[in-house]
Order: sequence, then C-alpha cells, then structure tokens
Amino acid sequence: MTDKVNESRRNLLIATSVVGAIGAGFAAVPFIKSWMPSERAKAAGGVVKANVSKLESGQKLQVKWRGQPIFIVKRDKVLLDTLSNHDDRLKDAKSEKSIQPDFAKNIYRSQKEELLVMVGICTHLGCSPKVYPEIVPQAFDSDWQGGFYCPCHGSTFDISGRVYNGSPAGTNMVIPPYVYVDENNLIIGTDKLEGGA
Amino acid sequence: MGLRKTNEKGILGWFDQRLPVMDMWNDHMAKYYAPSNFNFWYFFGSLALLVLVNQLLTGVWLTMHYKPDAAQAFGLVEYIMRDVPWGWLIRYLHTTGASAFFIVVYLHMFRGLMYGSYKKPRELIWTFGMIIYVALMAEAFMGYVLPWGNMSFWGAKVITQLFGTIPWIGDVLLEGIRGDYNISDATLNRFFALHVVAVPIVLLILVFLHIAALHSVGSNNPDGIEIKDYKDENGIPKDGIPFHPYYSVKDIFGIGMFLIIFLGIVFLKPDMGGLFLEHDNFNIANPGSTPEHIKPVWYFTPFFAILKVVPNPFGGMIVMFSAIIALFLLPWVDRSEVKSIRYRLLPFKLALTAFVTSFVVLGYLGMVSWGPGEKLLAQALTGVYFLYFVFLFVYTKNEKHKPIPERLTH
Repeated sequence: MTDKVNESRRNLLIATSVVGAIGAGFAAVPFIKSWMPSERAKAAGGVVKANVSKLESGQKLQVKWRGQPIFIVKRDKVLLDTLSNHDDRLKDAKSEKSIQPDFAKNIYRSQKEELLVMVGICTHLGCSPKVYPEIVPQAFDSDWQGGFYCPCHGSTFDISGRVYNGSPAGTNMVIPPYVYVDENNLIIGTDKLEGGA
Repeated sequence: MGLRKTNEKGILGWFDQRLPVMDMWNDHMAKYYAPSNFNFWYFFGSLALLVLVNQLLTGVWLTMHYKPDAAQAFGLVEYIMRDVPWGWLIRYLHTTGASAFFIVVYLHMFRGLMYGSYKKPRELIWTFGMIIYVALMAEAFMGYVLPWGNMSFWGAKVITQLFGTIPWIGDVLLEGIRGDYNISDATLNRFFALHVVAVPIVLLILVFLHIAALHSVGSNNPDGIEIKDYKDENGIPKDGIPFHPYYSVKDIFGIGMFLIIFLGIVFLKPDMGGLFLEHDNFNIANPGSTPEHIKPVWYFTPFFAILKVVPNPFGGMIVMFSAIIALFLLPWVDRSEVKSIRYRLLPFKLALTAFVTSFVVLGYLGMVSWGPGEKLLAQALTGVYFLYFVFLFVYTKNEKHKPIPERLTH
C-alpha cells in the first residue's frame, strides 16, 4: 500500500460508478412505467354513448366513463332561469378556474342549454353528489335553487354544477368532453365526431 | 479449522462453532441489561411485536383463500367468513389485529413522549419507529381496500385523490397510483401486492433496525436516566437486570393480559360497533353510489380531521403530512436536558396533556359529520396539536426541572 493516489484507477472507478448509476436509472424506467394504466385500461377509458330521448326535466341519467359516474340532467326553463339570479353566491360563476371544454364555459355549462352533462364527482375529495332538482328549501340551504349536494362534506352546487360559497369544494364540477351525434344521442369522452361515427 | 470457539456441547456446540448463536442470545436476551424499573408502559413494545406476528400469520392464511380480483374479492371475503373452516376466526384475528396494532403503537409512542425516549441518544430509534408508523399506515390503508366493500372503494378514492391535488404532477401521479382512471381492478391488484409482499418486507427490516438501534444504546426507563453511567467492576450496569429471564417473563404476563382483552373483542365484538369494521363495508364496492358519510377507520381519524380543517384539498394534505413530519422532528424539537416527565414541571405536563387531548378529540371529530361548532373545535385543536411542538422548542431552551437522580429511584 502506498499513499499515492492512482489517478487513472480512480477515474476508472468514478466512470464505473457513473455508468452504473445511469444504468440503474434506465432499469428503473420499466418498473415505474408499469404503474401507469395498461393498454386495456386505456381502451376501456375510451368513449361511451348515451341516448337521452326519454329524459324528462329534473331527471338524471347516469352513465359510466373511465369508471366515473357521468350525470346527464335535463333542465326546463324554470331551472335554467335560476342560473342567472345567484352569481353573487357562487365561487366561480364564470367557470374561470374550473375544468370544462370551451363550449361549456357559460352559465349553462353545456352545449345545449337544456341538457347538462357533468362528471358526477365532487371536486373536493371525489365523492358523488346527489341531485336535488326541486326549488324548495333544504336542510343544507334554505334558499335552494335546485342543484347538487355532496353528502360527504356538504358541498353544494347549482343546477349547472357551479359551486356555492361556503362549500369545501373550490371549483365547479368537471364537464367532460362530449359531442352530439344527432338530436338524442351523444358520445362522451371526445368532442369530435371521427370517421362518421 | 476455521471453527469458532465455544463453551457449548452437543448440537448447540456444533451450531455455535458455525454461527454466533450464543453471542446473539446473550447480546439480546440473557446478557442484555435493561433498567430494573420498567412499568406498565413498557409492555407495548413486545406487544407490538406479538401483533406483528399475528398479522403475518393470519395474513398468510387469508391469502390462501382470497383473490385480488374486483369481480371476486368481496364474495371471497364472505366465503372466508362462511365456508372456509375457521376462516371467520383467522379473518377476525387479522381485522382486530389491525386495530390492536394501532392501539399498541399509539400507547408505545405515548410512553416515548412521557419518558423522553426519543431524546439523545435514542433519536435513531425514534426515527425508525416513526418510519414503521408511516409504513403501518400505508399497510393498513391498502389492506382496508382488499375486501372491496363500498367504504374500501370510496376511502381509497378519497385518499388517492389527495395525491391528485398536487400541482403539475397530480394527474399523472393519480393515474400511476391507481393504474387506471378510477379505483379499479388494477388498483386492487397492486394494493394486494404491496400489502402482502412489499410493505411487510419493509416493515420487518425496519423492526429489525428499530430493535438493533435500541439494543445498541440500551433502553430508556421511567426515570429517564442512563443506567450505563454506573457500572460495576464487570462492566454491568448497577441498575440493570438481564432481559431474560426478568423481562421475558414480565412480557409473557403482559401478553396474557393483552390476549384476554384482544380475544374478547375477536369473539364478542369484532366489528366494535362499526369502529373496527365499518358498516358501509358490508356492501360491495359501487363507483356510482357514495356512502352517506365517508370516513377512514378510527386510527386515521385524527389526521382526517386535520385534513378537513383546511378548505383547500392540497393545503389540507400539506397540513396533514406536516402533522406527521412534526412527530419525526421531536428529538430535535425537545432541547431539554431532562428526559422523563417525572422530573419536568407543570408547564410540560400541561402541554403534553393538551397535545394528547387534541389528538384524541381530533380522532373523534374525524369520525362524525361537522356543523360549524365541530369545525371550529377541529380548527382550534389542530392549532393545539402544532403549538405543542412550538411550545416544546421554546420552553426547553432553558427548562427548569426537578433535581434528576443519579440512580434509579424505585
């Protein structure tokens, strides 16, 4: 043993360690990527179709998209009229902080005024709110204008899924991309009609 | 020859020549000198070990009848309860064991807070213990998903959703954890793998390190003084007694008492009125129907209450994780020269009482639905929880205390 450092051996040692670390980094990639949704899950997360011909005002049709409930709610003129009279009670009346396709960035939050299509998952912590379409005083709101109430933590939303002040949820309910095929049929999960689908 | 020297004969001698059997036995049992004044609070370490063995044993048996398949899991748990010989007992031992684990661990941690067991030179023991606690929470959370009841599903959904609130990476992280766009079969499968293989291996390694670190610096005691400072001519602490037979026998007594209570619950009240097994979980997972009141099992509820105190979910998550990180920092937050509560004055005793009370009441608040009163109380108690650490850091700078004895006082 000598005290003299063998520089070339040391460089070799460093080079070996660096190459080893890079190799370990690359080796980690498949293990991490393997956690992401599989091709089967991605395919199942494609689009779903819904037929709304039998829906009456205040009624809710529920379909499943990517494992999430999608609420489709029909609204008559009375319910639609409530949407313009309570902006001051809403956190995000113009839906500026909320997630929706561009076509739904209005007070109706929908493509066609009378039909709301919405992800039925509370933006607070992911519970599923219930629809209370009647305009009558409720235990959770004496001036209820019709809308959605989340039983988990008490978030309230109007009939466009816009969140009321005082709710734990911070943003409006999410509107998924969707497109009408004809008068009564729509496809949820895409906003484009492809290949004449 | 290459064989080790041994005083033993026969088979034991043959092994001792090839493996330091007797050295290990002596280092950790027959000649491990522990303080002679251990009291009631010193049962919970060995009890935690007992419950760990119970969980491993019953867990292995449960996997013999269970499949992590979203279409079958719920039915297979019913099958274990009704058709598998003694399956009901093995499952109830496992579910009650989960709650018992946390009861024992919380009491074990409280002992550490009272007697300053986290303080120098035992910082590393505390740190390993805290990592065990976090791993145990992950283990319990994932285990709770496996029966695939409706509370399994929605609990998993709400808790994983927390990671989705992290800016920028949240969405990808959420898909990475769930392996799908929602809690699904893929999630159930990976939680099973982690619950049954990965986390138990990590837990066993951590428990080994926890005990190795303990046996390296030696046990603390209710007086909070170091018995190694006073040794006799053979280098044995004057206030120490060999762990075996003195404490091995004491622990067997503790195990007997524990088993009476534990098995009483297993046989008579395994769901603990909805506390250990929640009623909503007797329905199968349904992504389209939220339980009226989502809440975690009791051992998570203090942190769940802290989470709910903050209106913004991401902010809530930060505060909740801070509540756990604060515990990690205790050895450095408490700067006092005195360890045990016996020699500390009223301000410390009041602060510790306030801290423990806030934790217990937050645990209650995490189980019930909130009006404005509950929310205010939870906010105040979250404040008390964090103030304990601030108080301790400031107060222990120049803490006045009663005279500390040099030798144990019993």
